[in-house]
Amino acid sequence: MPTRRLSIVLAEDSLLLREGLASILDRAGHDVRDSVGDADTLLAVVRKDPPDVVITDVRMPPGHSDEGLRAAAVIRAELPVIGILVLSQYVADAYLSSLLETTSGGIGYLLKDRVGHVTEFLESLDRVAGGGMVVDPEVVRQLLARRRNDGPLAALTPRELEVLALMAEGRVNASIAEQLVVSEAAVRKHVGNIFAKLRLEDGLDRRVSAVLTYLRG
Amino acid sequence: MESPKTVWAALASPRYLISSWPWRSYGYLFTSVPMGGLAIGVLIGLAALGAVLSPILIGILLLTAFPLVGAAIGRVERWRAGLMLLDGISSPHAKLPRTLSLRQRRTFRRREQASMRALGYSFVLGVLLWPLSALFAGISATVLGVSLAAPIIADGDEMGMGPWTLDTFWEGLLFLVLFTPPFYVVSSYLLGVIAGAQASLAKAMLGPREQELQRNLAELRRSRLDLVDAFETERVRIERHLHDGVQQRLVGLTMTLGLAELDLPEGDGRRLVVKAHAEAEAALADLRAAVRGIHPRVLVDHGLEAAVREVADRMPLPVTLQLSIPMRLPPPIEAAAYFVVSEALANVAKHAQAANCEVSGWVDRDRLVITVQDDGIGGARLGAGTGLTGLVTRLDALGGTLDVDSPPGGPTRLRMECPCRLGD
Repeated sequence: MPTRRLSIVLAEDSLLLREGLASILDRAGHDVRDSVGDADTLLAVVRKDPPDVVITDVRMPPGHSDEGLRAAAVIRAELPVIGILVLSQYVADAYLSSLLETTSGGIGYLLKDRVGHVTEFLESLDRVAGGGMVVDPEVVRQLLARRRNDGPLAALTPRELEVLALMAEGRVNASIAEQLVVSEAAVRKHVGNIFAKLRLEDGLDRRVSAVLTYLRG
Repeated sequence: MESPKTVWAALASPRYLISSWPWRSYGYLFTSVPMGGLAIGVLIGLAALGAVLSPILIGILLLTAFPLVGAAIGRVERWRAGLMLLDGISSPHAKLPRTLSLRQRRTFRRREQASMRALGYSFVLGVLLWPLSALFAGISATVLGVSLAAPIIADGDEMGMGPWTLDTFWEGLLFLVLFTPPFYVVSSYLLGVIAGAQASLAKAMLGPREQELQRNLAELRRSRLDLVDAFETERVRIERHLHDGVQQRLVGLTMTLGLAELDLPEGDGRRLVVKAHAEAEAALADLRAAVRGIHPRVLVDHGLEAAVREVADRMPLPVTLQLSIPMRLPPPIEAAAYFVVSEALANVAKHAQAANCEVSGWVDRDRLVITVQDDGIGGARLGAGTGLTGLVTRLDALGGTLDVDSPPGGPTRLRMECPCRLGD
């Protein structure tokens, strides 16, 4: 069960998926306040009465290009407190930059397939609602494939990079520890080192900032 | 001094009278007599045949056989004009693909404007040119022959040449010496001009017209570009179809299976649902890979650099990228370049046994240049069963080129060049 009941606006042009998503969110006890099929209606609905979270498809009418991403950027600029979870049938790191323009507020970018893993999906949603960041493992994999030899990340050890990559996926320390088969204390130490090496000030947003540094390479 | 290539250049030359050109003029004018007779004979014959058989047939013949006859006469006439214009007259007819049947060729030829022009020329030749040629060349040759033979004729007989009467060998010789050279000069220039005018008329009517050439060329390029564009549009349509159709349904299926997993108690049933879920996800992943091969979304949304970066990320070997493409290019060009890189990298991974690979891309004076170089074993060839052969055709239509340099032992270097604008 979710930590709190979220009011959600859903933007997805496929009726099938809209209903599938709505039923999953309903079951989890969230309030799907509005379901819309295009970006313009999404903006209108959100401006009229801001929800906790917006879940939006990338590709929507009329252009079937990246209307959802552009609407997300507008919402970020106008109402940064709203968490935004962007879903797509296809993810690539090239799309991240338009999502990462501001650090405040929760943001998520996931492959639509992930919705089928209901428990994890709902956790991701909670994290986005709580101001956290969730990036699809596929995108993280793409980023990892690219060797980075310069920039602030050069100071990190391979293990620390691994931890950071898992943080980018939106995992908490316990989950990272489980994944890497180490103790949670070891993970906390790595995370502390990462914060120190990236020279991040103490504060709530440190985790997000670290992930942003990572994602921006 | 370079010898003249046309009768006009020859006429301007001081050596005209001692060159072969006056005799070529005779040859050209005399051969136009049988050609003209033949032309008018065939045309009248056809018309008469039509008139005898049925009046409607004339109309049909006018539209079908006449232009073809005209084109055939035109062909002989272009060859004959080579006497006067050494470079000849190039054909105005469009080149037809070998795959066309004889019937299709005929249909095309008789509708060609050039065939109608040749028909017009045939009429002019049959009605006007050959009598004119016969008259001038005939009189001139006769007078010249007689004046050359004047001493002999005058020796044996009395000979009247205009106002003079010649009745001895010496009078004949005097006439030959005084009259023949000026007559040769005047008649040679006159015939040269007449023959030249005919050849020029033939060239004007039977040769290709400048705008016709330009138009043909432009049409050819446009139709090839249209073809590339049509492929591109079709790919976009297929991608859209997959995205809106089967992909959505599979995603819907994974959602339903995910919910079913939550509801089912531990046991065989649940295990099967989990398995089905994993299979549906694998199908989605396969489908995404297929869509990427048809029309990659990131190419449309973020351009060539981002798309190439994504392909490079998927490679099993490290790929160094040196890309500097400052602007978005027309979609068919971006797509062609993208598929060249993606195909080249796939080949490197499959065949080259390389440890490293480098992709460079830049724009040099309105041309997009992309190179893919590896440190593998070499020996790669275009068309050796690689997917690059189709891409060569595609690039060709865009005005681009693809070269592979791959000596045995390596390294392999592939270079693609393409204009940055369509129709350049």
